[in-house]
Amino acid sequence: MSGLNLRGMWAIYRTEMARTRRTVWQSVATPVITTVLYFIVFGGAIGSRMQQVGGVGYGAFIVPGLIMLTLLTQGISNASIAIYFPKFTRTIFELLSAPISSTEAVFAYIGAAATKSVLIGLIILATATLFVPIRIMHPGWMVAFLLLTAVSFGLFGFLVGIWAENFEQLAIIPSLVVTPLTFLGGAFYSIDMLPEPWRTISLFNPVVYLVSGFRWSFYGVGDVGVGVSLAFVVGIMVLCLALLWWIFRTGYRLKP
Amino acid sequence: MSPVLSVSGVTKTYRSGQIALHEIDLAVEKGEIFALLGPNGAGKTTLISIICGLVSMSSGRVLVDGHDIVQEYRAARAMIGLVPQEIALDIFATVEDTVRYSRGLFGRHAAPGHIDRLLRDLSLWEKRRARVIELSGGMKRRVMIAKALSHEPDILFLDEPTAGVDVNLRRDMWEVVRRLRDRGVTIILTTHYIEEAEEMADRVGVIDRGRLILVEETAALMRKLGKRRLSIMMQKRIEAIPLALAGWPLRLEADGERLVYDFDANAPDTGIPRLLRDLGAAGIDYKDLETSRTSLEDIFVGLVEGRT
Ligand SMILES: Nc1ncnc2c1ncn2[C@@H]1O[C@H](COP(=O)(O)OP(=O)(O)O)[C@@H](O)[C@H]1O
Ligand SMILES: [Mg+2]
Repeated sequence: MSGLNLRGMWAIYRTEMARTRRTVWQSVATPVITTVLYFIVFGGAIGSRMQQVGGVGYGAFIVPGLIMLTLLTQGISNASIAIYFPKFTRTIFELLSAPISSTEAVFAYIGAAATKSVLIGLIILATATLFVPIRIMHPGWMVAFLLLTAVSFGLFGFLVGIWAENFEQLAIIPSLVVTPLTFLGGAFYSIDMLPEPWRTISLFNPVVYLVSGFRWSFYGVGDVGVGVSLAFVVGIMVLCLALLWWIFRTGYRLKP
Repeated sequence: MSPVLSVSGVTKTYRSGQIALHEIDLAVEKGEIFALLGPNGAGKTTLISIICGLVSMSSGRVLVDGHDIVQEYRAARAMIGLVPQEIALDIFATVEDTVRYSRGLFGRHAAPGHIDRLLRDLSLWEKRRARVIELSGGMKRRVMIAKALSHEPDILFLDEPTAGVDVNLRRDMWEVVRRLRDRGVTIILTTHYIEEAEEMADRVGVIDRGRLILVEETAALMRKLGKRRLSIMMQKRIEAIPLALAGWPLRLEADGERLVYDFDANAPDTGIPRLLRDLGAAGIDYKDLETSRTSLEDIFVGLVEGRT
C-alpha cells in the first residue's frame, strides 16, 4: 500500500455526493427558488425601470452576479459543513486514522463541494434563461471562472469549517462577511454606477473582481480587467491552500 | 520474533499543559491479546489515540510492524482498526454504506462477501439497510466494530469495549475477538475492569497517571493472585510487632488491632501453624482469624495508590 489512496478519495467523494442527494431539496431547490425570487424582484420589478448596463439588459446583467452570489455562499457552507460536521459528531477520528494524506482528503472533500457548486451554478443559469435571453461570449472562460471560484471558495469554506468551534461561528462567515461583500461587490450593479469614494472603496472588496471577471466571460465587459480578476481568484485559492497546508502541518484544531 | 507494535519513549503533554503520558515503552507481539488496565484518566485513550494517528505525540517513536507511524503512516495505518471509546457515526447513512465507506477510506477494494460476513457475525444483517439513527446504542456499537474490521486490519484496538454494553453484545464481541485471534490478528484493548483483562488477555499492562507501571503475562499475574491473606485480630491492641516475630513478614494494621500475613495458598507449607505457635510463644492472644484472597483488585489498588 503505497502511492495515492484513490479508493479512499473516491469513498469520501461518493459519500459527500450521497449526502447531497439525501438533502437534494435543500441543496438544489433552495438556490433555484432564491434565484427566481431575485429575478422577480431585481430583474422584474426594479429592472423594468432600469436602463441597460454597459449595453446589456438589466435582467441579463445580473445573472453572472446571481450565480456568483450563490456559488460563494453555497460553496462556503457546503465545504464548511463537510468538515465541521465530522468534527462535531467526532466521526473525524476515522479520517484521521485512515491511510489517507491530508491533501488527498482535501481534494476529495473540495472536489465534492465544487461539483455541487458548479451544478448549482449551471442550474441557476438554466433557470435564468427562462426569464431573459443570455449569451455567453467566452464559454471557456465562463467555465474556468466557475470552476476556479467553486474550488477557491470550497477551500475557504473548508478553512471556516476547521476553524469553527460551534454552529454560530460556522454561520457567521457566510452571513456576516460573504453575503454583504457579495451584495456590495457589484452582483446587482456595475461599480461604475457608484459615486466616489464608494467606487474606490469597492476596489478593496475581493468579490468585485470575481463578479467582474465572471460577467466579462458572459458579455465581454467588466468593472476591472479580466487578467486582474483571474489573478484574484487564483490568489484566493493559493492563500487558502497555504493556510490549509499550515493547518495540516501543525494539526491546528484537528489533532489535540 | 519482532513485535508487531513497538512504542518507545512516547510522551504526551496536551496543549492545556496536562501531562497525559510519561515515557511509555511497550512491545506487543503478533497475535497477542493485550490489555491496558488502568483507572479513568490514566492515559489509555491517549496512548491508543497516538498509535492510531488521532493525537500527535510530544516525543517518542511508534513502529507498527516496523513502519514508523509518522513517516510511513500509510503502511502503519492500513494495518490498524480502531473502535474508539465513544460511538461516533454518520447517523444519516445506512449501516451497509457506512461500513463500505470505511473499507474504501482505508484504500481497500470493495469486498461485498467480506462485508456481508461481518454484518452477519455482528448480528447487523437484518438492519443493514437501516439508517444508523434508527439503531439502538448496542447496535450502533456493533456498527463501530464492523467499521473497524471492514478493511481486515492486522491489529485491532478496542478502547473500553464493554463499557455500558449489554450481555449479548459482550458475548458476541468476545466471540469475534477470539475468532480474530485465531486468524493471527493482534488485539489491544483498554479496560478498567480487572475481570475483563483476566478473562481475555494474554498479557496485561497496568497504566496509571501516564506511566506504564507493570507489564505481565496474565497467568503470572494470576499466580500472584493465588496469594492469600491471613488476618489475625488481636485480643488487645499492640504497639509494635514483638521482636520474637521479627522473622515473619507481618504487618500491623487497624491501629494495632490486626496482624496481617500474606502467604502462597499453593505452597506445600503455608507457615500458618508455625506462625500461630510463635504468636502463642510471644504471648500474643488473638480472638479471631480470617483468611482472604488478595484479589488482583487489591494488587491493582495497591499499585495505583502505593505510588504518590
Ligand atoms: N484533548 C485533551 N486535552 C487535554 N487533556 C486531555 C485531553 N484528552 C485527555 N486529556 C487528559 O489526559 C489524561 C488522560 O486521559 P485519557 O487518555 O482519556 O485517559 P483514560 O483513557 O485512561 O481514561 C486525563 O487527565 C485527561 O483529562
Ligand atoms: Mg479512555
